[in-house]
Amino acid sequence: MTWTLVLLLAGGAYLCKVVGLVVLGARHLPPALERCLALVPAALLSALIVRDTFTAGQEFVLDARAAGVAAAALAAWRRAPMVVVILLGVAVTAMVRRVAAAG
Amino acid sequence: MPDRAPVVAAALGLGAAVGAFGFVFGVGAVSAGGSVAQACAMSLLVFTGASQFSAVSVVAAGGTTSAALGGAMLLAARNAVYGLAMSRVIRGPLVRRLAAAQLVIDESTAMALAQEEPEHRRVAFWTTGLTVFACWNAATLAGALVGTSIDPAALGLDAAFPAGFVAMVAPHLRTRRGLVAGVLGATICLLTVPWTPIGVPILCAGTAVLVGLPPERPDRPRDIRQ
Repeated sequence: MTWTLVLLLAGGAYLCKVVGLVVLGARHLPPALERCLALVPAALLSALIVRDTFTAGQEFVLDARAAGVAAAALAAWRRAPMVVVILLGVAVTAMVRRVAAAG
Repeated sequence: MPDRAPVVAAALGLGAAVGAFGFVFGVGAVSAGGSVAQACAMSLLVFTGASQFSAVSVVAAGGTTSAALGGAMLLAARNAVYGLAMSRVIRGPLVRRLAAAQLVIDESTAMALAQEEPEHRRVAFWTTGLTVFACWNAATLAGALVGTSIDPAALGLDAAFPAGFVAMVAPHLRTRRGLVAGVLGATICLLTVPWTPIGVPILCAGTAVLVGLPPERPDRPRDIRQ
C-alpha cells in the first residue's frame, strides 16, 4: 500500500461527498445517471465477493474461503446482522481449513 | 420536541456494530502491507467502508495503485448521491456542511432517511455519522495494532473481506435490477480475471450498472399487490 493511494483516495472520496452535499445542494442529477449510480454497490461488491472468494492473483482457486463465504451468504440472506455474517464467514473458513489440513 | 431517544439508541447500536467491521479493516490493511499509520489515515480521511475494503483488497491481491484507486472511487461515487439527499437535511454555515460531508456514508444516510420528522433526520444523521466515525477509527487502530502479530489465514480472516462484502451487498440485491447488476458484475469479473491485470476485473464489472440506463418499467400488478 502506498501513501499516494491513501491520499488520492482520501481526496477523491471527500470530493464525492462534498459535491453532493455542498456543491450541487438540492439539485437533481439526470434520472438515468442516478439509476446507474444506485446499482454501483450491487455490481462492484458482487464482483469483489467472487474475486476474493474464488481467485488468487489471476488464477481460479477453490479453497476453505468458498465454504466460509457460502455460510456468510446464507446468514445475510436470512437478514442476520453484519457482525454475525462476518464472524460466521471467518469461523467456517478457519474450521474448514483446519479440518482440511488435518486430513 | 419529538422524542429523540429511540433515534439515538438505534444510531449508537449501529455505530458499535460497524466498529467491529473496522477491526477487520485494520487487520486487513496491515496484512496487505500497509503501515498502522496508513490504515488509520484511510479510516480517518477516506471514511467510506466499501471503498477502503475494495482498495485494500486489490492491493492485497497484488494490483496496481491505479487499479485499486479506480474501483474504490467508483464505490465512493455513490456518496455524491447520498450527499444530494442529505443536502435537504443538513443546513447551516458552510463550515458545518463541510464537516457533515465527511460523515456522508451508507449508514448515516440510511438512518436519516428512515426518519419521518426533519428534526429526527438531522439528529439521526449526526448521531449515526459521529458514532460510526468514532467506532470505525478506534477499531481500525486496534485491528492494525494486532494485525501483524496474528496469522490471518489460520483464523480465517482472509474470508472476512468477502463475508463483509456479502453483508454490504445483500440489501442491494433485493430489487430485480440490483440482482441483475450483481450477477452481471460477478460474471464479468470472473470472465476477465485470467486476462486482465489484478484489480481491473473490478473496474470492468462496473459496466454492469448500465442495466440502470433504460427507465424502469412499471411493476406488474402481482408485484404491487399488498
